[in-house]
Amino acid sequence: MNLADYLPQLGQGLLVSLQLTVISVVAGYAIGLAFALGVASRNPWLRWPALVLVEVGRSIPALVVLYIVYYGLPSVGILLDSFPAAAAGLTFTVAAYSSEMFRAGIRSVPKGQTEAALALGLSRRSVFGRVVLPQGLRSAIPPLMGLAIQSFQGTSLAYSISVNELMSQAYQISAVTFQYLQVYAITGLIYVIIAVPSTWASVYVEHRLARGQA
Amino acid sequence: MEVIGIVLLGLPMTLLVTAASFAFGAIGGIPLMLGLRSRHRVVRLAVRLVVDVIRGVPTIVWLFLLYFGFAIGVFRFSSLGAAIVGLGVISSAYLAEMYRGGFATLPKGQLEAAQALGLGRRTTFVRVLAPQALRTALPSAATYLMALIKDSSIASTVGVIEMVAAATAYSRQNPGTAGLTPFLAAAAVYVVISVPLAIATRRLDARLSRSHA
Repeated sequence: MNLADYLPQLGQGLLVSLQLTVISVVAGYAIGLAFALGVASRNPWLRWPALVLVEVGRSIPALVVLYIVYYGLPSVGILLDSFPAAAAGLTFTVAAYSSEMFRAGIRSVPKGQTEAALALGLSRRSVFGRVVLPQGLRSAIPPLMGLAIQSFQGTSLAYSISVNELMSQAYQISAVTFQYLQVYAITGLIYVIIAVPSTWASVYVEHRLARGQA
Repeated sequence: MEVIGIVLLGLPMTLLVTAASFAFGAIGGIPLMLGLRSRHRVVRLAVRLVVDVIRGVPTIVWLFLLYFGFAIGVFRFSSLGAAIVGLGVISSAYLAEMYRGGFATLPKGQLEAAQALGLGRRTTFVRVLAPQALRTALPSAATYLMALIKDSSIASTVGVIEMVAAATAYSRQNPGTAGLTPFLAAAAVYVVISVPLAIATRRLDARLSRSHA
């Protein structure tokens, strides 16, 4: 049996993995930024719930989050298919992790920026929205790129709730061909081909940003 | 409440997988770090590629590769063996990078001073540079250990009966009534383990940066 015949099947799986990555990264970063703003808020009714969600989200394994959404939520009447369940679970995890990065980025903006903007007579709102946030987001870019790559790798966990992504396809192919070593090696390489150049790109961006700030 | 007890039965295995693969990585990271710092460009680039490839493959793929795919003669990995070696190899790559980072931040004066004192290359490295680099790498290694506790849950996919596997089994045996509780119980245990570790790491970090200043 020629493994090359199975490449299209792996390609289909990869497509699903990429879809999951895009959904969980886009939605996760949006929610993560909201969490970060919540944690930074002076209103305790916003701050505490956001803080608890972030800390809990970061200390629970992504696999457990997926099981809670897929196997657990039906018992309280929320029934999701495997793909939306995976998207929701991964989004939550990505949101929790990214909010820490947004928070660190915002905190890295020197205090002088706020003081200078206030001294110029800008309103509190525009000080944050126009001065602090853009600079904070800029320094959050490298870690966020790293997290996006990790999220791509993390989509392989969706295999465990039977989403037809790359890892599931690999499992099915290996169960038919019995060529476990080759199938998983090829699958690993597919992840590597995407993850490693992306990592190098994020390192490059980090250097460029660091140079711009010096 | 019964659920908590059943999930806790998996806790020792979670801790064993975490500790064993961290130890594997702490030792395996040393040769990789030496390669990343090699004087020879070719060695450096080759080891850099190895480290990046190891980190580029998802954990679950590593575990399946070792558990289902790896065989030398009659030797095959058990569930636990595959989990420890798989997570250990990945940890080696991550820790090697942290060790390297520790060396990279050392002031050049340390090397120059040691050489001026007439210390040999080996002594300079083992007695002067390495202890300081390790200190710098410690907080990030501690953070990695916390991530590893969570990643040990992936061992359940190759049949290691740790906390998540215990929760899954309980949920399957009690369909309908216990869909949510076992996983929430497992989640709670992870939170309870992580929070003190996070506080300890933050303290360690603060202490180290204070004494450096």
